[in-house]
Amino acid sequence: MSAPATAPHLLELAHVSKYFGNVVALRDVSLHVDASQVTCILGDNGAGKSTLIKILSGVHKHDGGSLRVEGKDVEFVSPRDARAYGIATVYQDLAMVPLMSIWRNFFLGEEPTRGRRPFRRFDIAKAKRISREQIGEMGVDVRDPDQPVGTLSGGERQAVAIARAVHFGARVLILDEPTSALGVKQAGVVLRYIVRAAERGVGVIFITHNPHHAFPVGDHFVLLNRGKVIGDHAKGEVTREQLVQEMAGGAELEVLTHELEDVVES
Amino acid sequence: MTPPPNAAAAAPADERLAHVGFLARIFKRPDMGALIGALAVFLLFAWTARQVNWAGDAGVWASWLNTAAYDGIVAVPVALLMIGGEFDLSAGVMIGSSGLLLGILTTKAHWNMWPAVAVVMLFGLGIGLLNGVTVVKTKLPSFIVTLGTFFMLRGLNAGGTIKITGGVSINDIDQAPGFNLAHKLFASLVWPAKGLSVSVVWWLGLTAVGAWLLSRTRFGNWIFGAGGDPTAARNVGVPVARTKVALFVMTSMVAAAWGIMTATNLRGMQSNEGVGREFEFIIAAVVGGCLLTGGYGSVIGTAFGAAIIGMAQIGIISSGWDSNWVYFFEGVVLLAAVMLNTAIKRRAERAR
Repeated sequence: MSAPATAPHLLELAHVSKYFGNVVALRDVSLHVDASQVTCILGDNGAGKSTLIKILSGVHKHDGGSLRVEGKDVEFVSPRDARAYGIATVYQDLAMVPLMSIWRNFFLGEEPTRGRRPFRRFDIAKAKRISREQIGEMGVDVRDPDQPVGTLSGGERQAVAIARAVHFGARVLILDEPTSALGVKQAGVVLRYIVRAAERGVGVIFITHNPHHAFPVGDHFVLLNRGKVIGDHAKGEVTREQLVQEMAGGAELEVLTHELEDVVES
Repeated sequence: MTPPPNAAAAAPADERLAHVGFLARIFKRPDMGALIGALAVFLLFAWTARQVNWAGDAGVWASWLNTAAYDGIVAVPVALLMIGGEFDLSAGVMIGSSGLLLGILTTKAHWNMWPAVAVVMLFGLGIGLLNGVTVVKTKLPSFIVTLGTFFMLRGLNAGGTIKITGGVSINDIDQAPGFNLAHKLFASLVWPAKGLSVSVVWWLGLTAVGAWLLSRTRFGNWIFGAGGDPTAARNVGVPVARTKVALFVMTSMVAAAWGIMTATNLRGMQSNEGVGREFEFIIAAVVGGCLLTGGYGSVIGTAFGAAIIGMAQIGIISSGWDSNWVYFFEGVVLLAAVMLNTAIKRRAERAR
């Protein structure tokens, strides 16, 4: 793929492989992410998407190839390392506590404080104000920051999670199937959040099995199948139909066509 | 919950919350149910115990407040622990263990009261660490781990007391040097004419501290997170294990402190003191709006829960009924509270 000799990419994988015993999870995977760009990683179940996320977010260590941040070889031993480089992962379960309010969730583990010990306290006014502002930046109007996260819709919760990651300094945002559990309309709302996060300068990695979700927002499409990259296209080099075709390959095409019809209908 | 959107929402087509009625909005607060329950119980006894002037006699108030403080003090950390997703069944028997240890140190080893108090508090710290670290390391349910501690301490209390004294109690703690100051601080009356104990002041003070800790500090946010979804909390950097251990330590230490206060008040300790109380702490917390599954609850509500228990224990006797009906009453209150809490939780988790 792209040579690292030119301007360094924000995050780059070069010929990365990962083995679990004798199972090859990823083989010779190369891809890159740039600031303000959305890189879509497309693949069906078992394509190696989850393994890829785990390598990028520091959960697994890659076995072969190299991982570079701004052109520098790095090694992630733990998720903390990845986070230190500004790589944030928004998992499907979103790492949010449903019974807790929006502002409590937004700052969970990173609470702003005021006052001195032993009277140091959670700066609640600040937490409410910032969470409201930051979620507002994503295009969601939080009317009541005291609302428990569990009462938000799936799309709104994605917005909160993305806004939180961006607020805490994410430069690369990995979104693991953010649209898969959502209805068509909600998925559209989340796609808008993805674009908005990229507009704010974040390099977004959007992992999905749905080419219809990837196509309208992606600047770059990487197709994974059985642990290998089977396609790598920049926006404009590929049509939606080609993406669908390439991803599905025959047998599953019919199922996907139905899915396409659903999207068109609504 | 807020009324339906009137401002233009930037994200179109997001479903917003439906309109909710006045009652539903009131019950959004975890402690409102307990407040209303406490008022209802008060009014009930104001009628059934009218011959003792339940509502108007300050002496009657003092007696149920004293009783409420007995459960209310330890119920504060028990509630925090429950919101943090764990139980401590050993909190009741710890009262006995601590009082007995205080008694042994002062009457058998002839220590001054204050070093003995310090050692008993360290003992509370130790038991709390034992409970907390065991739960966190083994990942066993705290219900089982602390049931084990409960029975071990229960056996130790009875067996140890017989071995040391040959009887079932330790007496004459008031002979220890330093006792008078301890008695003044822990067991005197703040309103002698009506019999209002200083323990009520400790109870209200601890409730204020606990409520502040829960709702206004980082640690409080971690408690909610650790109880609500430990995995999610850990993922965002909350030290879940440390938070839980700290809560176990707080519970055991407050129980130890209450053991010291009880022993000071009674000037001695029975070897079975505190056994069975652990359930009343849990009832107070649950009535106060704490979810058994963690992640939700209120310290102020727990104080109302303790007030309900205090009123029940005094009110049933004041009404001329047999005191055994107290248990029946507490059971009814507990069931009603659990049903209400579950409904509240469903509301909070709705529309996922």
